[in-house]
Amino acid sequence: MLEKTGIVTRDRLDSKINELLSSPKRKGAILECYEEIPCNPCSTSCPTNAIIIKPDINAKPEIDYEKCTACGICVYNCPGLAILVLDMNYSESKVLFKISYELLPIPNNGDIVKGISRSGKEICDVEVVKVINGNKQDHTSLISVAVPKEHFKEFVTIKVGV
Amino acid sequence: MKTVELAIVGAGPAGLCAAISAASMGSNVVIIDRCKDIGGQLIKQTHMFFGSEKQYASRRGIDIPNILLDELKQYEEKIEIITDATVLAIYEDKVMTILQGENYFKIKPEAIIVATGASERVLAFPNNDLPGIYGAGAVQTLMNVYGVKPGDRVVMVGAGNIGLIVSYQMIQAGVEIVAVLDAAPTIGGYLVHASKLARLDVPILTGHSIKEATGTESLEKIIAWKLDEKWQGIEGTEIELEVDVACISVGLTPLSELLSQAGCEMKYVPELGGVVPLIDQNLETTVNNIFVAGDVSGIEEASSAMVEGYIAGLYAGKKLGYSLLDFDELVDDYKMQLNDLRSGHHGDRIRNGINKIMRGEEKC
Repeated sequence: MLEKTGIVTRDRLDSKINELLSSPKRKGAILECYEEIPCNPCSTSCPTNAIIIKPDINAKPEIDYEKCTACGICVYNCPGLAILVLDMNYSESKVLFKISYELLPIPNNGDIVKGISRSGKEICDVEVVKVINGNKQDHTSLISVAVPKEHFKEFVTIKVGV
Repeated sequence: MKTVELAIVGAGPAGLCAAISAASMGSNVVIIDRCKDIGGQLIKQTHMFFGSEKQYASRRGIDIPNILLDELKQYEEKIEIITDATVLAIYEDKVMTILQGENYFKIKPEAIIVATGASERVLAFPNNDLPGIYGAGAVQTLMNVYGVKPGDRVVMVGAGNIGLIVSYQMIQAGVEIVAVLDAAPTIGGYLVHASKLARLDVPILTGHSIKEATGTESLEKIIAWKLDEKWQGIEGTEIELEVDVACISVGLTPLSELLSQAGCEMKYVPELGGVVPLIDQNLETTVNNIFVAGDVSGIEEASSAMVEGYIAGLYAGKKLGYSLLDFDELVDDYKMQLNDLRSGHHGDRIRNGINKIMRGEEKC
């Protein structure tokens, strides 16, 4: 249970993912923000105003998948590292994730690393497709990862090196 | 003895913001801090802040002192910062005594803003004085200010925001977190911080606490156990954790002694973390011209401390006879920001607490 372990339950996660899957583009940000906290950088950083937090900054964010371009700006601006971008259309067998990453070493393009679940377990090998770590990211790298389609509901982050 | 218009005790987020808004009104300000570095606890907060843009959300705490110091620069001729200096006392006539190294001196301010912040609570358990048992703040200072790794295997006690954030920062520094314990039945900090740890394979054990520590020269083992609904340990549920560091993060308590000593009316308010001053909506205490801002009047986040600082600075400036054309709009905006920051369920405690110390009409 999320409130006891920090691991979100399947049903809460599924309702987030299903919202994305039922959108026409089938790609966009998944906001894993399950609790009302005073915070709004995802909304204020979004260049297309796709993320709305109202009536005040404690409200949970709502996303409009018609406006979301899957750019990933909210991913590295979220202080809780609670946002993933998912693109279901990447290839026949793989989906593409954009994740935030703040550990060392920072992987390189083309690296094969471990895909990790929300409970910290290794689930499969994944391929690092792109690493963006410039001034705008301010030490929170934006990493694109190709993940086998069958694991898209479990994948949340990567483990680099041993 | 030097006379000054406004003395601010503490150069953390609250004190710096108070200085900015008081100086923006025209007030001369002396800021006194006991540390060498400006910024209080911000200087070790490598994580991104929550809140809104107005409180520098998404910026890292360590970068905020420089943002605030840049703002202060435009009032350079009005501001004096005295570091490495401890305010020892505030007397009835507002004479303030200060010790800086071997140098003891007095100043006499017309108004004072006390922004001393808070200190960490300790936890009582057998052998809690073994080397290797730290407060979370100490660990954060070691790592993020001095670049010293605190140990190799750590148990964190406390799943509030500080416990969760410092655990994550230890992992960033290459330290293994064996477990995070919390006596409460559920996680106290933001769940997003807990999820960051869970995905790094850190077990969070709610309803658990430390039974005892063992070790000869230094910490070798923490014996933890489950707690019943009365928060008493249950025999037979012990787990042994082989660790060289135990990190205690069981809350903060306001550093309000200067206010007691200055004669402010004080009250013990558990929701605010300890003994705090009675205040009015302008953040003035029961002693004329002594204001407060930040954790000294109730434990909250740095974002609210900054907003309180701006408010206290404005009202102190006003009491000193200065004015601003948009004073009312500024105050309204800051009060709305505070209201927003405190209106979620994490703000329940603080709102209840503030209602117990607020004088006059306006309550949360």
